[in-house]
Amino acid sequence: MAVGILDVDLCGPSIPRMLSVGKPEVHQCDLGWVPVYTDAQKSLALMSIGFLLEDPDEAVVWRGPKKTALIGQFVSDVAWGELDVLLVDTPPGTSDEHLAVLENLKKQHKVDGAILITTPQAVSTGDVRREITFCKKTGLRILGIVENMSGFVCPHCSECSNIFSKGGGEELAKLTGSVYLGSVPLDPLLTTSIEEGKDFIQTFPDSATFSAINSIAQTLLTSIQNP
Amino acid sequence: MADIPSDAPQHCPGTASEQAGKTSACQGCPNQNLCSSGATKAPDPAIEEIAEKMLTVKHKILVLSGKGGVGKSTFSAHLAHALASDATKEVALLDVDICGPSIPRIMGLEGEQVHQSGSGWSPVYVEDNLAVMSIGFLLSSPDDAVIWRGPKKNGMIKQFLRDVDWGELDYLIVDTPPGTSDEHLSIVQYLSSARIDGAVIITTPQEVSLQDVRKEIRFCQKVQLPIIGVVENMSGFVCPKCKNTSQIFPPTTGGAERMCEEMNLTLLGRVPLDPRIGKSCDEGKSFLTEVPDSPAAAAYHSIVQSIQAYCLSHVPREESAG
Repeated sequence: MAVGILDVDLCGPSIPRMLSVGKPEVHQCDLGWVPVYTDAQKSLALMSIGFLLEDPDEAVVWRGPKKTALIGQFVSDVAWGELDVLLVDTPPGTSDEHLAVLENLKKQHKVDGAILITTPQAVSTGDVRREITFCKKTGLRILGIVENMSGFVCPHCSECSNIFSKGGGEELAKLTGSVYLGSVPLDPLLTTSIEEGKDFIQTFPDSATFSAINSIAQTLLTSIQNP
Repeated sequence: MADIPSDAPQHCPGTASEQAGKTSACQGCPNQNLCSSGATKAPDPAIEEIAEKMLTVKHKILVLSGKGGVGKSTFSAHLAHALASDATKEVALLDVDICGPSIPRIMGLEGEQVHQSGSGWSPVYVEDNLAVMSIGFLLSSPDDAVIWRGPKKNGMIKQFLRDVDWGELDYLIVDTPPGTSDEHLSIVQYLSSARIDGAVIITTPQEVSLQDVRKEIRFCQKVQLPIIGVVENMSGFVCPKCKNTSQIFPPTTGGAERMCEEMNLTLLGRVPLDPRIGKSCDEGKSFLTEVPDSPAAAAYHSIVQSIQAYCLSHVPREESAG
């Protein structure tokens, strides 16, 4: 399967580090900007402002219109090639980036829908309710809700602690009539992998966390293949 | 001229923007010539009006982070509670996270509304000496989304600073959304003739956070905003059963401590993960009152003391003379 990730978090682009692609250069070809591939098989293509910054600590201090313009270019000028799925990672909010990416994608593509991520506590679901309204107002289908950071199992004694409360994701799904895709626990092995840009799924295939993410992925694929 | 005139097209960059009159959206706008001539980039009179308003505010602190979800709003709220625990101090908390206003819930003020009076908008009071303002108080439903582009968000922030009747304050704390964009630029610009004491930067220990936080620090340096220091949040979790500590968000590159050493900043403190913090926030209560003996509460108090000490010791010469 050929997958692309478009990172439209211009102020805080995390995708390059998480996928361990270091500081590659973005080249142009006849069809536009060439995305950065994570492997020789080109199974995962990435585009992020992180690849365009000379200095990784450089702040992108842009107001909305400039962000909108770059996102428009990311959508129309990247030569993604044939992809089965394009994932778009967004910053928090319901503002320029979200409007820009949606408007530009809709010009030439069918947008299957949105996955909404929350953590269990009410302070989080309170904001995600507004994101749900954004989706409804912009005609964006909600593929489902994922509850992240859903409990922590102590590696020493296996006691489960609900550090960020419990159950909020499922309640939110019920309240808003959305699909509950599942929950992903807090896992230091996952956070360490992400830090080091390692492929968690290759390194820890037997973990409960992988099983949770995999199950969510399978449900999503079924959902987009059978709208 | 208004930042977004009523006859402006949909993607108007704002009359005060560097792009005013120059973007593709400006084609055909009746104000295009005026904007591109630079006439609309005269200093916004609101800046002086806000400076007037801020004369009665002794200390202004911004709470920033490059990264989302690190606990800015939680920290801002508890900083406000801690400062207001001294009944002789007047404290206010301004929430400029326009899209995701969490402060009303965290302060136990959900469902409250803002009132207008002759002297402007009245903030909502948690205690006699603790006032709060947020766009959350202007929304009628918890499902309402604020789907605004930058210029409209900037307009709201200007109103919050200019039109809220803050009164005499010892401390004004400003909670921000993650990033280095409209909200952050606007707050700094609109307060440019008033004096901001500095910014407190919140991070979590892992590099994925620090990477974004370094950008926030660069932003502060770019706009000449002093940095009071850095708080490392979610710094370790002590299992309530076996008491072993787990680094759920591991400091793989040395955490905030190393970043502060490298960037010559003060590490104000580390706050551990404690499920009771999230619970207090969800219930709109102060964690400092609910669980006063916890290690996290002790960490908060120490950090707040450092912030107060900074504010009191960094008074400009013209204010401290005579």
